[in-house]
Amino acid sequence: MVPRPFRVKTVIQETHDTATLDLQPENPEEEFSFSPGQFNMLYVFGIGEVPISISGSSNGSDGFFHTIRDVGKVTHALINLRPGEKVGLRGPFGNPWPIEEGKGKDVVIMAGGIGLAPLRPALYALISRRDQYGDISLLYGSRTKEDLLFHPEFEIWKKKHGIQVKDTIDTGDRSWKGNVGVVTTLVSRVSFDPSNCIAMICGPEIMMKFSVLELVHAGLAEKNIYITMERNMKCAVGFCGHCQFGPAFICKDGPVFRYDRIKPFISTREL
Amino acid sequence: MKTLESVLIKHPFFENLDEPYLKLITGCAANVKFESGQFIYRQGEEANQFYIIRQGKVALEVCPPGKTPVTVQTVNEGEILGWAWLVPPYRCHFDAQATELTRAIALDGKCLRQKCEEDIKLGYELLKRLLPAIGRTMEATRLQLVDVYGKRD
Amino acid sequence: MGHACYRIFLKTVPYIMNKPEVIGKEGLNRLIQILTGMGYQVIGPTVRDEAIVYDSVHSIEDLPAGWTDEQEGGTYRLKKRSDEALFGYTLGPHSWKQFLHPPERRLWQAQKDSLGFDIVPEKLNNIKYAFLGVRSCELHAIAIQDKVFIQSPHTDLHYQSLRQNALFVAVNCGQAGNTCFCVSMQTGPKVEMGYDLVLTEILDDECHTFLISAGSDAGKTILKAVEAKPAGENEVKRAEEIIANTANQMGRTMATENIKELLYENVEHPAWEKIAGRCLSCANCTMVCPTCFCSTVEDVTDITGDHAERWQKWDSCFTMDFSSIHGGAVRNSTQSRYRQWMTHKLASWQDQFDTSGCVGCGRCITWCPVGIDLTREVAVIRESQPDQAGKLSGSGGQNENS
Repeated sequence: MVPRPFRVKTVIQETHDTATLDLQPENPEEEFSFSPGQFNMLYVFGIGEVPISISGSSNGSDGFFHTIRDVGKVTHALINLRPGEKVGLRGPFGNPWPIEEGKGKDVVIMAGGIGLAPLRPALYALISRRDQYGDISLLYGSRTKEDLLFHPEFEIWKKKHGIQVKDTIDTGDRSWKGNVGVVTTLVSRVSFDPSNCIAMICGPEIMMKFSVLELVHAGLAEKNIYITMERNMKCAVGFCGHCQFGPAFICKDGPVFRYDRIKPFISTREL
Repeated sequence: MKTLESVLIKHPFFENLDEPYLKLITGCAANVKFESGQFIYRQGEEANQFYIIRQGKVALEVCPPGKTPVTVQTVNEGEILGWAWLVPPYRCHFDAQATELTRAIALDGKCLRQKCEEDIKLGYELLKRLLPAIGRTMEATRLQLVDVYGKRD
Repeated sequence: MGHACYRIFLKTVPYIMNKPEVIGKEGLNRLIQILTGMGYQVIGPTVRDEAIVYDSVHSIEDLPAGWTDEQEGGTYRLKKRSDEALFGYTLGPHSWKQFLHPPERRLWQAQKDSLGFDIVPEKLNNIKYAFLGVRSCELHAIAIQDKVFIQSPHTDLHYQSLRQNALFVAVNCGQAGNTCFCVSMQTGPKVEMGYDLVLTEILDDECHTFLISAGSDAGKTILKAVEAKPAGENEVKRAEEIIANTANQMGRTMATENIKELLYENVEHPAWEKIAGRCLSCANCTMVCPTCFCSTVEDVTDITGDHAERWQKWDSCFTMDFSSIHGGAVRNSTQSRYRQWMTHKLASWQDQFDTSGCVGCGRCITWCPVGIDLTREVAVIRESQPDQAGKLSGSGGQNENS
């Protein structure tokens, strides 16, 4: 329950409102490992604490990244930290993406907005054992071209690792030569075998709902679709009760859920 | 070189369409090519054609007065561009601009809607195929309207 | 519903059937002195602000002699009894959770320094509580909170420390209140688990005695020091009668059969909107509930900005802030918040902790300012089910004889 001291190693400005912090334990002896999909609780002195998913690579060695969008007072303080400054960290918490379950299968990753952050380590986990997976696709939607996260890495994922990367934005101008439209329109533009495929989705709840519909329409079984849920999290260990979603505590039973298991709850308003 | 009919028959839009109808439609079809940046149609023009995109990408734009044009949708390979040809007053709603070299099959909408009026069954067949595409576009538009990635305040 | 799940013992204490013994009022007083002498802070029922509240007890003089309570939906009144019973009330607004899971607790402090800041965790509280007058439903409630804070992937060390140090002197209920339904929830009125000592107050004619027996080794040792007399057959029989009588007095009933499925299947139901028409979203029910465990944290700084603290405070699913994520609250409407509370308590709690979250104490009914009665609300939903047509009686709510 007590945060451990970490220091900001680098700050990478990703977009106008989003930055990535590379955090290092203050005590270099401290071991730190995580699974793709897990999150940490980050504390800024005197401001507060928020859950932030880990966006670093699963190699562990090349950084312990947290990609943060400025949406409130704590996130605002976080992205304005400078190298060397201290944060409190609790975690990692939560369950991981189905990296193991996907072995021998095609994988479709669908992300919306900042939702790409928790999926990036999943993508790197797949890449690190690329030969064990079939076709891998990344379908990414964002608001404008200025909001696209990790865009420089897309070419590497495409060319070096043979991943079908498709992105789209909600509105564009003439300088944007890519797709305009919602992320669901990308599903028909990549190849995967729906009978031997798992999908991982992260983004706003509405985006995930429609993405699931599109994937099911394409022939994926609901049990092969995984999504992440967001609710208010305070303690991250199942004590505070805030993150309840039906019978689940997002912090300890999630944030990654198999779609068929939470389907009845996700369709209920104000749950 | 593939005949137009063999291309059309494979397109989901024309799947399971009766042979005579397919022949009739092929008669109204032509291969077209647009260079990157070329306008396919402009808002307000008579909508006398629609397109099946074979390759490339088309941006649908609106141009608010005094502002730079905004792309609201792109139409890609395999998709249908344009439905105003079947709905009065048969006017294009957007500017359609090829954003890269685009090859398509253009179908003569003016001719087809005349045929649809004469043969209600053909009309219904085409409407049934067009409606899901319109529906999906509308659904996507609604999602865009929600601005799911925008700042919530 | 899995009835057996209520009977999970949390202390690894063998519940040896100890021969019951008998003490008088002076014996009870001795018990309090012994516990105090052992370093326990004895907490028991006292009268304050026209209610029975749990507070420090130094002798039997502090106990609510001759008081009882009248309870109904939205109503609580203390009343004089015709006798001098010490445990002649049912339940007040307090539960023991305020001691084991305090309403406010500092988790840690942080001090700014030249290297950034330094976090100092809060020391564990080593206080030893002896709880006097704990009812069966309350022991069940504590067992339920144990599942949340101890028997989960993470352990709340502060709760665990207070819990392990605590001693429980339970009391079998001599009368049931109008809002009681522990019989329906299988949590009482007879004390059967989680106690160190258990009392049954017997008031007959001139005689005011307590049947007492131990439920743990600690209880046994203490009982020895109290110097009780062996109980006679009559006293044992009388105690059983009292408990049986209480069981027959329940003011409310709740049909628990398939209650989880019932509520899951009725997340959309007109009843929720109707309840919301009365519910003030005041959170009283969650505050008085002995099992409600939700909390929030507040980060505070002093005026210099050099010292920060994190505090844990009770929170309630009835507040708007409870479900807020960036961009607003998930549960905006009162109906969604009431649904969350009741469905959690009676249904999803079973999925989460393998037990109901309700022990049938009735506090949420009594202390609801508008008298919303969950037994009635469950009955309303149950009665609306197609297969319940014609089976309108016995599905729960207020008992006719109450």
